[in-house]
Amino acid sequence: MKLGSAIMQVEGLRREYVQPSDFIDRIGRRLRGQGKPSPVQAVMGVDLDIRHGEVLAIVGESGCGKTTLGRMLTGIIPPTAGKVLYRGRDIAGLHGQQRRDYELAVQMIFQDPFSSLNPRMRVRDIIGEAPVVHGLVSRAERDDYVCNLLRKVGLDPDYRERYPHQFSGGQRQRIGVARALALKPSIIVCDEAVAALDVSIQAQVLNLFMELRRDFDLTYVFISHNLGVVSHISDRVAIMYLGRIVELADTERVFSQASHPYTQALLKELPVLSAGKRRFDPISGELPSPADPPSGCAFHPRCPRAMDRCRAERPLMQKIAPGHWSACHLNDTGESIPVASGTPVAAVSLQTDPNTEIA
Amino acid sequence: MTPIQEHRKGNELLLDVQGLQTWFYTRDGVVKAVDGVSLHLRPGEILGLVGESGSGKSVTGFSIMGLVGERGKVRAERMMFDGYDLTKVSPEQMRNLRGNRLAMIFQDPMMTLNPTLRIDTQMIETVRAHEKVSRQAARARALEVLRMVGIPAPEARLMVYPHHLSGGMRQRIAIAIALLNGPKLIIADEPTTALDVTIQGQILYEVQKLCREMGTALIWITHDLALVSGLADRMAVMYAGRIVESTSTQALIDQPMHPYTHGLMASIPSLGTRGEPLFQIPGSTPSLLNLPTGCAFRSRCYRADAQCEHTPETRALAPGHEVRCWHSGERI
Repeated sequence: MKLGSAIMQVEGLRREYVQPSDFIDRIGRRLRGQGKPSPVQAVMGVDLDIRHGEVLAIVGESGCGKTTLGRMLTGIIPPTAGKVLYRGRDIAGLHGQQRRDYELAVQMIFQDPFSSLNPRMRVRDIIGEAPVVHGLVSRAERDDYVCNLLRKVGLDPDYRERYPHQFSGGQRQRIGVARALALKPSIIVCDEAVAALDVSIQAQVLNLFMELRRDFDLTYVFISHNLGVVSHISDRVAIMYLGRIVELADTERVFSQASHPYTQALLKELPVLSAGKRRFDPISGELPSPADPPSGCAFHPRCPRAMDRCRAERPLMQKIAPGHWSACHLNDTGESIPVASGTPVAAVSLQTDPNTEIA
Repeated sequence: MTPIQEHRKGNELLLDVQGLQTWFYTRDGVVKAVDGVSLHLRPGEILGLVGESGSGKSVTGFSIMGLVGERGKVRAERMMFDGYDLTKVSPEQMRNLRGNRLAMIFQDPMMTLNPTLRIDTQMIETVRAHEKVSRQAARARALEVLRMVGIPAPEARLMVYPHHLSGGMRQRIAIAIALLNGPKLIIADEPTTALDVTIQGQILYEVQKLCREMGTALIWITHDLALVSGLADRMAVMYAGRIVESTSTQALIDQPMHPYTHGLMASIPSLGTRGEPLFQIPGSTPSLLNLPTGCAFRSRCYRADAQCEHTPETRALAPGHEVRCWHSGERI
């Protein structure tokens, strides 16, 4: 497959969760004259292309729907609406061998290396079970296969008879990586895969990810809240806020010319190693509840640049530069400004008086 | 140093800890969670205590607060706080100090807050435990500190239970409770680790403002060197129960002397490290049950040699810049 072409496409993906209600609950609601409980919209319409060979980061605060999105990509949970296309085919329509191929090709690495490994299984079985079941290797070859994988992720093959509790957090995460690799995937979804690790171990695992990407021609979807890690590892960054992607661009562009006020706020909070006291100038408020999202732009209650239009109308994703999409009404003011390389387009567009646009 | 000089020095320090040892006696052996830690803090000063999990940074905080359980044994050559000798105070005196002049903020605010009591009950209780005041006065005090930590509509917040509040709001309430009796020293144990970046920014902003305005000294315990570098006056880096380097934030960032500090800083991923492999410290933190002899870091250190098989002593390389490494004078 050509490098850079879309290996996976997401179109209008939505996911709702409905609080399960029991009989008493339903009677109570009936008596109070309330209808059905309104569903929580975890993901409210995401369009995204994942290109072959890239590291696409999905960044957002807890509750923004990034994990739900990742789980829909791997097929762990079905979407409420919308499509996930893997190599051009809708995964909802895949059956039999084709479905299995997709499921093997898209693997996931989880955040918590303590709860994502079965404590009663030996490492040999954790890594080796799935490839044997799916016929990738024969039972006789399994041991060699597991040893090879353990070596690849930087663990001693002698460890294969051990149980997960005999390993440290970093080693367990390596086992999780080996388990994902065992199925010869083309896409790995890493859901906060380094968030639980210490700084020195985190560096080791990040380096391992990059090595494996080269060796196995992998595509990563890297879900994280940590912009420092994302800036290091990813090629493109998608910023999520309350179930929607609000900005998508190349990593360098996001970090130098972020357009959306939310992205700018996140970047400002990025702790940097610096002597001398920082003046913390935080953005106020908290992520609103997805059960009761604000009108218009979901970010307007916290946005320092919110205008009347933001309260009424939801901004749509629009292309503001090649490869740079952003969903903010402020972009309408910056459209006419030519983008000189090196000048932060966001800063330019944001300095124009937002009132001119309303008038 | 003559005794008189030492006495005077003790007076200007708010907290003076020398040779703190907290050992846990377990079935598997003695865990030396903290092994010879020395710290000092002036009024209003912010100290960043940095280390990875298992380095003993939290246990250091608990030891100062007198919150180490029965299995742990706390010993210290000296542990003076605001004129009290913490090694000698009775449990009652300690209880008086705790939550009054000495306060702690924990990582998980749900552990601090009682889920079955309303916020106002918990706050009024804290005030009245240390001071004989009316409920009205205590309530007024609670409202005042809630406003100080930037909580919107504090009257309404007083009437709710902890589960009604978001994680960031709970942590603010926990900070407000710590502030209730105007402490001279707050020990904050990873208070923002469980929070989102934007909420973390808000908490840091409030804490920085409070320390500046009220002159409260603060020990900020964290694993995030970058985060605390924007907040702290001084930093102390812990590894395997010992402080391996302590100095001003400026000096630590500009010129780290201990290879572990250097490694920690170099392994922080950023835009500048894109496309290149990150610097990595090999191996993992040793088990505290069987630490190697000599320098605990030597198995992971790139400049370890035969000398490192002996335990290095803390040396002052410059005024206020102390390093526990045999090779600390050499360039990294």
